[in-house]
Amino acid sequence: MRKGGLMPWLYVGPTLLILAAYLVYPTLTTLYLSFFDKRSENFTGLDNYVWTFTSKAMRTAFRNNLLWLVLFTALTVSLGLVLAVLADRVRYESPFKSVIFLPMAISFVGAGVIWKFVYAYRPAGKPQIGLLNALWSGWLGQEPIGWLVNRSTNNLALIIAGVWIWTGFCMVILSAAYKGIPKELLEAARVDGANEWQVFWKIIIPTMKPTLAVVTTTMIINVLKVFDIVYVMTNGDYGTEVIANRMYKEMFHFRHFGRASAIAVILLLAIVPVMAANIRRFQEQEAIR
Amino acid sequence: MSPRLSKTLSRFPIHIVLIGMGLLWLTPSVGLLISSIRPPDAVNQTGWWTVLPRLFDTSQYTLRNYQEILGAQGMALAFRNSLLITIPSTIIPIAIAAFAAYAFAWMEFPGRQVLFVIVVGLLVVPLQMTLIPLLRAYNRLGLSGTFVGIWLAHTGYGLPFAVYLLRNFFGSLPRDLFESAYLDGASEFTAFFRLALPLSVPALASLAIFQFLWVWNDLLVALIYLGGTEQVAPLTLKLSSLVNSLGQNWHLLTAAAFISMALPLVVFFSLQRYFVRGILAGSVKG
Repeated sequence: MRKGGLMPWLYVGPTLLILAAYLVYPTLTTLYLSFFDKRSENFTGLDNYVWTFTSKAMRTAFRNNLLWLVLFTALTVSLGLVLAVLADRVRYESPFKSVIFLPMAISFVGAGVIWKFVYAYRPAGKPQIGLLNALWSGWLGQEPIGWLVNRSTNNLALIIAGVWIWTGFCMVILSAAYKGIPKELLEAARVDGANEWQVFWKIIIPTMKPTLAVVTTTMIINVLKVFDIVYVMTNGDYGTEVIANRMYKEMFHFRHFGRASAIAVILLLAIVPVMAANIRRFQEQEAIR
Repeated sequence: MSPRLSKTLSRFPIHIVLIGMGLLWLTPSVGLLISSIRPPDAVNQTGWWTVLPRLFDTSQYTLRNYQEILGAQGMALAFRNSLLITIPSTIIPIAIAAFAAYAFAWMEFPGRQVLFVIVVGLLVVPLQMTLIPLLRAYNRLGLSGTFVGIWLAHTGYGLPFAVYLLRNFFGSLPRDLFESAYLDGASEFTAFFRLALPLSVPALASLAIFQFLWVWNDLLVALIYLGGTEQVAPLTLKLSSLVNSLGQNWHLLTAAAFISMALPLVVFFSLQRYFVRGILAGSVKG
């Protein structure tokens, strides 16, 4: 390691400058703006935050994000884990994983169009060109449903599109962790008479706990910031609004910069524990390095 | 029963689950692809799956949708814009981050640990936290709606992850290597360019693919800083506005969506290994 006077600052200087300008300064400014009115002219104390927690629009957004948090996180992580473990036992593991992972490469906007097409709706009697309604009405003989408009199905429909995108991500990370479990450990348990079910719950899950934690937190961060899918598929209409979507609307449609800032601060606060955990994990890694 | 047969039989449910899931995952994309090459009337009157019984009958396909969407609907321009946005937005942050990461890994300076911890913290800051002040600054400086503006924005948002990933990679290179290079009289500069960078090609490749796909697929940043300016709109922005303007014209929407995915798919299939490695190295990006 070299002690280098000015030299190190030449190396880190540009990065620090840009981070200060693009992340640190705006974050602090947003925090400041969240205590001001619509046009950031008059100080209004906690008004924006009171609105955030009491308005009907935000209540819907919080409820939907909570729904996303529970369903999306549970589905992506559990499907990812099950697929990682099962795929490890077959010869076509790698093409299979590519198929599940594929949606990660395309944009959420593109995925939004794909799923909007799956959910496409035509009134009863007309030919259904959306796959889901074709199955639903053609095969099961039910009335076709506007999956993205119907308030009891639309949030679920959006979440499924999200799960389709992110399951591959969870699977890839969990698969790497699964392959890291010593095979002797699993064999020993099987020799001792444990069945596959017990091996899964008593050995695989506990051994993979740290990775499961990382994947789960990553999914939670995703959920908090989910925007593109909702923006493209429903634009937050019919009761599908989420927090990030509402912030965008406050910013561009209502031009209420105080409220938009307060919403952003809430997002940040929700993510602070994850940030702290990341830093702690990083420092532990450094300690053993 | 022979042991082999019983093994195959016991694996049967696994095959069913995996193949079923694989088909389930593929079907929506296949539907999109097929619809994009069917004539407008066919798309609007029958489901895309009706081509399956005569899959190889090419008379039911056409490339007219692509012609229209690339020309009259301006997807070709959007494709060009996506390239003009994505390539610099991939190169600039990685170049800047490489220097910083090297300093964080192998140089000594006051505040080194604290500054790096701040970088780790910035990894998960929601973009939303920065949008309003930056947009205001951009409007004052005349940077909104410009390529330079969005290159810089993507550089800012991409830097924490790039620095984090590269610093960890540089840090894992053996210390002796650098010490003996210094003993042989190599300068800091030489050690960085001749030693650290060439050894890090796999990490740099992973990072480049990651950043490339991230920028190519980004909607929010383009939406905010490029606004509604058609002349500079990338594919994602264009596609999301087509969703509104084309409504039920699925033959055009599906073709547009496929155009926006073509390049990422090529990158994905040819460089999947690096992509996966990048994801494994930094699953904490915000």
